[in-house]
Amino acid sequence: MKFSVMVNEGPYTHQASDSAYQFIRAALSAGHEIFRVFFYHDGVNNGTRLTTPPQDDRHIVNRWSELASEHDLDLVVCVAAAQRRGIVDPDEAKRNSKDGDNIAPGFRISGLGQLIEAGIESDRLLVFGD
Amino acid sequence: MLHTVNKSPFESSSLKTCLSLARSGSDVLLIEDGVYGALAGSAHASLVAEALEAVRVYALEPDLKARGLSGDRLIPGIEVVGYDGFVDLACTNDKIQNWL
Repeated sequence: MKFSVMVNEGPYTHQASDSAYQFIRAALSAGHEIFRVFFYHDGVNNGTRLTTPPQDDRHIVNRWSELASEHDLDLVVCVAAAQRRGIVDPDEAKRNSKDGDNIAPGFRISGLGQLIEAGIESDRLLVFGD
Repeated sequence: MLHTVNKSPFESSSLKTCLSLARSGSDVLLIEDGVYGALAGSAHASLVAEALEAVRVYALEPDLKARGLSGDRLIPGIEVVGYDGFVDLACTNDKIQNWL
């Protein structure tokens, strides 16, 4: 089965990032496909590589990056939500004359069309948020 | 149809709304703080117990455990599932409504 997942809540806020991650891991280990993970609203904060949680806490951002590299996941951050919250890739940094970027490995910035496509192309779309 | 509820019934009306709208034969999965809705003897227990006549109600085990809730404290008839069970429910139901 082909799943897509939408994450609408930032990391370390409540539980949505963790629930989405655990669901995706369980789906992958059951042999299902994850078509896309779409980060919207405060969920875009899952995609900044500048995150530095205490060493004895889970690193939610790195965990996404590692899962993406392991399973070739498509992690998409909404561009409008990202701009509002300062999530920037090299192209966006250049376009908006910023002095740096902070997108985490495995993430890419794109638009809402990617969410619509995920809804069309996947058998199921699950939403995690607060 | 699979409904997921992630809020405690003590903080939000989403469980009540979900149960009032879920069609007979639906699956309702309680996750995150939603698992408090599975607790026997609470002010909301009768709402869930009545709903069990028409829908199946599940509670996510890791979220129960994280809150110190064990199976013997739950409303009879509620089924405890892990993330693998969550994935199965998402497969067997052709539509999913995540109440947030």
